[in-house]
Amino acid sequence: MERDARTAREGLGLIMASAISVPNPTIIPPISWRRRTLDHVMTGVAILTVVIVLAPLVAIFGYLCYKGIGSINIAFLTQTPKPVGEVGGGMANAIVGSAFILAIASLMGVPMGIGAGIFLSEYGRNRYGDAVRFVSDVLNGVPSIVIGIVAYGLVVIRQKHFSALAGGVALAIMMVPTIARTTEQMLLLVPQAIREAAYGLGVSRWRTTLSITLRTATSGVITGVMLAFARVAGETAPLLFTAFGNQFWNLKPDQPTAALSLQIYTYALSPFDDWHRQAWAGSFVLIVLIVGAVAAVRYVVRRGRLAGA
Amino acid sequence: MANQALPRPRFEAPDPERGTKAIPKLETSATPLLAGKVSEVPDALFGGAMRLCGLAVVGILALIVFELLHAFGWKFFGLQDWNPVEDQYGALPFIYGTIVSSLLSLVIAVPLSIGVAVFITEMCPVGLRGILSFMTELLAAIPSVVYGLWAIFVLVPLLRAYVQPFLATTLGWTGLFSGPPYGIGMLAAGIILAIMIIPIISSITREVMTVVPQHQREAVLALGSTRWEMIRIGVLRNARAGIVGGIILGLGRALGETMAVTMVIGNRAEIAKSLFAPGYTMASVLANEFSEATGDLYLSALIEIGLALFLVTIVVNALARLMVWSVTRGQPARGSV
Repeated sequence: MERDARTAREGLGLIMASAISVPNPTIIPPISWRRRTLDHVMTGVAILTVVIVLAPLVAIFGYLCYKGIGSINIAFLTQTPKPVGEVGGGMANAIVGSAFILAIASLMGVPMGIGAGIFLSEYGRNRYGDAVRFVSDVLNGVPSIVIGIVAYGLVVIRQKHFSALAGGVALAIMMVPTIARTTEQMLLLVPQAIREAAYGLGVSRWRTTLSITLRTATSGVITGVMLAFARVAGETAPLLFTAFGNQFWNLKPDQPTAALSLQIYTYALSPFDDWHRQAWAGSFVLIVLIVGAVAAVRYVVRRGRLAGA
Repeated sequence: MANQALPRPRFEAPDPERGTKAIPKLETSATPLLAGKVSEVPDALFGGAMRLCGLAVVGILALIVFELLHAFGWKFFGLQDWNPVEDQYGALPFIYGTIVSSLLSLVIAVPLSIGVAVFITEMCPVGLRGILSFMTELLAAIPSVVYGLWAIFVLVPLLRAYVQPFLATTLGWTGLFSGPPYGIGMLAAGIILAIMIIPIISSITREVMTVVPQHQREAVLALGSTRWEMIRIGVLRNARAGIVGGIILGLGRALGETMAVTMVIGNRAEIAKSLFAPGYTMASVLANEFSEATGDLYLSALIEIGLALFLVTIVVNALARLMVWSVTRGQPARGSV
């Protein structure tokens, strides 16, 4: 018995204090104070890391709410920016501009992403699918500023000026890999029997995929789309030299357009206190929109993944 | 876009024929219903369209490489001077700044994120688990420009007033913490990057750790280990490759992060040993100078930096994905949100 315990200890590579003798031979040796202390210390360290990680989160959210709620007002939500140096004005055009750019991005990115997801789950259970899967994971990690340069080369240089369309293209490129991968995951969750039931009724493959498989996984696919949406909603870097920003109202896709994140960036680096205030208010609005979307996503995931199945 | 390859008239054509022939057959029911009457054309079209969407993902990557490939030569990466006025473009200060700020953020973020992952998966009560993972994921949902805003108005003053003087007096002899405490600089960039990559590393570490079979834990516990020994031997050792993959994924994000870094790093193209000194990164020089670049050479130089950044992150990400895949067997490791 004693011998068994010893080999076990040696097998673990642990240092036992040799001074400790085993009073009555049991299979489990008593744990030395050193090991026990180490256990407690490591537990403490783990708790400490959680506290350290959550501190900035609490600090950021707390400060944001404190500053944001204090600086938001009707003018901020309804007016366009005042000329440099004048107090007042707001970001109404930037809020609408962000929504406009995101709408353009979704129009392009969502169908393509869902299509790629369908390919991966229904047609891509092979080497080609693996290649696409790998590329989309890698694409997910491409820095957003690089995507901005690509959109600049693709759209801005051809158009000869900055535009909402260019910003939309950049964000759409960022949405595709996220949507593709989550759509694939959700479609794979749909039981094979449901597809076979459709085939058994003589329904063709494309119709099965669209009306049965995709339909069954709708809530999951929407989750993926919203995650991608939340991810690109706050992006600034790819808009710097595509949408560019604008002091005035614009709803033409071929003109420079204001965006909330761009406006925050410009105002944060400005020397004016009133602009700093507006940067905080803008951040608050942005966070409320994004956190709202993420919370909704989590609610949908918990409540209704595969609601139709 | 690829969906437009689906022409409507063609797949509607066989439909009426199928309908008229199917109904009489229902009455006689001599032959199997609809057998052999489903046209294969729409199927092929749909399959083709979906394959096209899949290919488009690869196409996007190819497009990025193509757009960035403006020949400029490789010697450019070794030159130190960045002087747009005299058309001198050396990328070394940016490469240095990118590497140093990313490594600094890893040094801070790795122990913290592994600690958080260990606590959430192995130690914490079940009720707290969901809340904690939601909160760390919330960190990933904050846009980087908001991180930057917070860093400018909260983190930088804190560093300037308390942290940097303290570091200078205690660790000043190393040379890493010397010079005037501006607040803004490499140290601030490293810290804000660390806060931003912690959710990525910890969520992947968590995912990899939950994949470790329960038997491993039970086996180590049965041999009489304490909880920490069980975590170290049974869990962390088995999840090693995946954790390293998560760390590299975090590195990839740190290398390409733009806005928050640009707002606090100081944006000066110089190589300084001290972490208090302002620096510049590849992503920030793009953010600051791209839209106002005058002259073809200037623009080419910036695009070349973009290409370099792209290639580095591609390599780093590919490596990381392979390592995570080796543990989770193709289940995707969710990086954000």
